[in-house]
Amino acid sequence: MHVTINVNGEEHGDEVEDRTLLVHYIRDTRGLTGTNVGCDTTSCGACTVLLDGESVKSCTVLAAQADGHSVTTIEGLADGESMHPVQRAFQEKHGLQCGFCTPGMVMASVSLLRENPNPTDAEVRSGLEGNICRCTGYHNIVESVLAAAERTTEAAE
Amino acid sequence: MSILGTRVERREDPRLLTSGGVYVDDLREPALEGAAHVTFVRSPMAHARIEAIDVADAAAMPGVLGVFTGADLDVDPVAPGPGLGGQPLPSAMARPHLARDVARYVGEPVAAVVTETLAQGEDAAELVSVDYEPLDAVVDVDDALRDEVLLFPEAGTNTAARSGERDESLFDGCDVVVTRRIENQRLAAAPLETRAAACAWGDDGRLTMWLSNQNAQACRDAVQEQLGLDEGQVRIITPDVGGGFGAKIGVDPDAVLLGWLSRRAGRPLRWSESRSENMVAMTHGRGQRQTVTIGGDREGRVLAYRLDLVQDLGAYPLMSAFLPTFTGLMAGGPYDIAKVETTARCVVTNTMSTAAYRGAGRPEATAAIERAVDLFAAEVGLDPAEVRRRNAVRPEQFPYRTATGLVYDSGEYVRAIDAVLEAAGYRALREEQARRRSEGAIRQLGLGISLYVEITAPNNAEGEHGHVEVLPDGSALVLTGSSAHGQGHATSFSMLVADQLGIDIDRIQIVHGDTDRVPAGAGTMGSRSLQLGGSAVHRAAVDVREKGRALAAELIEIDEADVELVDGDWRVRGAASVGISWAELAERARDRGGLAADVHFVSDSPTFPFGVHLAVVEVDTETGGVEHVRHVTVDDAGPVLNPVLAEGQRHGGIAQGAAQALLEHMSYDTDGNPQTANFADYAIITASELPRFELLHMETPTTLNPLGVKGIGEAGTIGATPAVQNAVVDALSHLGVSHIDMPTTPERVWAAINEA
Repeated sequence: MHVTINVNGEEHGDEVEDRTLLVHYIRDTRGLTGTNVGCDTTSCGACTVLLDGESVKSCTVLAAQADGHSVTTIEGLADGESMHPVQRAFQEKHGLQCGFCTPGMVMASVSLLRENPNPTDAEVRSGLEGNICRCTGYHNIVESVLAAAERTTEAAE
Repeated sequence: MSILGTRVERREDPRLLTSGGVYVDDLREPALEGAAHVTFVRSPMAHARIEAIDVADAAAMPGVLGVFTGADLDVDPVAPGPGLGGQPLPSAMARPHLARDVARYVGEPVAAVVTETLAQGEDAAELVSVDYEPLDAVVDVDDALRDEVLLFPEAGTNTAARSGERDESLFDGCDVVVTRRIENQRLAAAPLETRAAACAWGDDGRLTMWLSNQNAQACRDAVQEQLGLDEGQVRIITPDVGGGFGAKIGVDPDAVLLGWLSRRAGRPLRWSESRSENMVAMTHGRGQRQTVTIGGDREGRVLAYRLDLVQDLGAYPLMSAFLPTFTGLMAGGPYDIAKVETTARCVVTNTMSTAAYRGAGRPEATAAIERAVDLFAAEVGLDPAEVRRRNAVRPEQFPYRTATGLVYDSGEYVRAIDAVLEAAGYRALREEQARRRSEGAIRQLGLGISLYVEITAPNNAEGEHGHVEVLPDGSALVLTGSSAHGQGHATSFSMLVADQLGIDIDRIQIVHGDTDRVPAGAGTMGSRSLQLGGSAVHRAAVDVREKGRALAAELIEIDEADVELVDGDWRVRGAASVGISWAELAERARDRGGLAADVHFVSDSPTFPFGVHLAVVEVDTETGGVEHVRHVTVDDAGPVLNPVLAEGQRHGGIAQGAAQALLEHMSYDTDGNPQTANFADYAIITASELPRFELLHMETPTTLNPLGVKGIGEAGTIGATPAVQNAVVDALSHLGVSHIDMPTTPERVWAAINEA
């Protein structure tokens, strides 16, 4: 079938199999390999992207369902050379180690802060329950999200 | 001021944060253009005779390039790994690349399908028809020991190795003796990136293989040997690696087979396993059934300790037969115990093979003795922290020779205990615990302490290779046989070089994980990277600096003692305007072999980092639910090169350690069917289940390497597991609970409360 999907601000028309998952469309059709596949059960969140600004696990969405919508992946988050505040916070707070869960974790954090710009430690932890990290023990991921929240709040004030 | 010891942000991160890095499955190399896909057909039975395999229907499917079974292979099965203390294991227990006559675990590969696309592979694999004749499966290690059903009848027993003698008089003279059976359960390493490989044969007859692995050089040797290729015929590249935790040390037969399949199919190939495939077919960790016996006097002095263990090897013995060696050596832990005895038996079962997982044998040793010390403390009626203080090896006893024959280099164990107790407010916590107990509160407080010592860089004899070179553009190139999968080598190793050469870390290139560029090396495992790999790079940098000094002095025509490095350039002492840059020096050194040095660093002995973990939990006595509310630690691994990285290693380790104590268990039913074969069933710990970690700082250097450093990668895991488990038991001790096996799930905790 034919789909028209806006990916990172650019509209693309592509032929895909009906059964194509959004994550495979992003990786294989669009060649954006930042979005990773970590499990088969929508458990790990490594494939999290934004669909019309809301975080979704792209392994549980068909490419067909994204037809006519916009998708943001990790490659589309930075503003040119300038990293998104969440990306910058992950860098400063050492919120990543091997980096495999990171794109999904960052996208989930962006979405979390959009819904709740001033989360508590516990709210960040519960907000990221759907994203698994095996390296960091989450300590610095939580620090990263809290730091990004603080920075965003400061910028708004 | 030296850059060492400062909080330098990781150089790796901008790339990983903005484009997600390049893992094996992301590779778009020209050599992999048109790569076909490999899909494995895996046994659905734990133990079965393979009567026949019919591949005709699969071979007729669209996009199928070939279907291969064990009968097609002309490669020998892989000999078992090292045994206890290096003694050989039965050769009958060799592991085939594809099962031929018998399948011995659910997930064992029995056929491989090569197709144009991944989806075609999944479709075709469904149509490979295998006739299985079910055999009785052996899942529990105690059943395996009975030898009624044998996995390898030719071997005559399921026991692949055994060690240790029992001394019946071990506890003579002890007033108090306590014994307890403990389960150190099987775990999945569960790196977020599953196993993945890609390969291509070049026109020159060489095989290039990209692997998600911790040790490129060992993979090269294994692939060459298993496929019968010549030395130099294989190049292994490990690009970004999405976590390993020990399970990516070895090269699995499935991955090696890719090279063989690629030659047969005449195509470059890719393989990236699914999560459920990873859960059943990547090596598991731990898997020890332990019986601890501890004896001493009424004053809380431990006099003798016995650890009897049975190691579950899984279906084919890989390196896990070696794990009890570490467990045995480290059995006595950080305590001054006169008599320590370990006996071990390693048995095969119809489950996935076990191998290294974060700590590899040391967490098992620590979990055992730290549970034993708590049992002993309860028996003599002393606070568990006090019993640890009374028995810990004292600073003046170092170097300390243990009853198991090791020599601990340095440590300050009691100071570490006191630091953690004070920071946590231990006395106040005990008072709070007493208050809740007297009130009969629903949520009881538990305090768990663990004191540990571990062995790092245990394979120090292999040493590590480091190459440092200043290039004519004034930048530096570093080659290391150590190889990062999240540890931050690009940052830490460039800090070491910047410290010696004054070259900005952004102008230092770190190369690892490519056997053509770095032929010698032993990868990243056992917390060896900084102490061996870092020491090699440091020494090479020192050599290059001295070569630079000599050449600068020669060119300026001045005494060597009169030139110094200032802001990355060589200057004449006292005449800062006269000097020569690294770039100029490197240019001038071109026809003299360049400004380079190679160092192979070997340490005389492993090092022995140590630490103390205090876990605080709240246990809901009505539901059995456990909440991990605080975690205070000191992990002393000597001087810290970059606190950012060291803290990150500790955080990750604590989480994995706590996960073993609280949640994780790779389990099989009695027929050998995996029950936790995906992330929905296997309880991977999430952010919600963990507290913020409170880290204290202590540095006790070693003299075994020029940096004074010990390893930190496994510390958190080793210390956290018994601390959290002890905390759960402690919360319920007033009810008569003295032990709960890991994982301390609500079900088990609830049962313990009700049985007490």
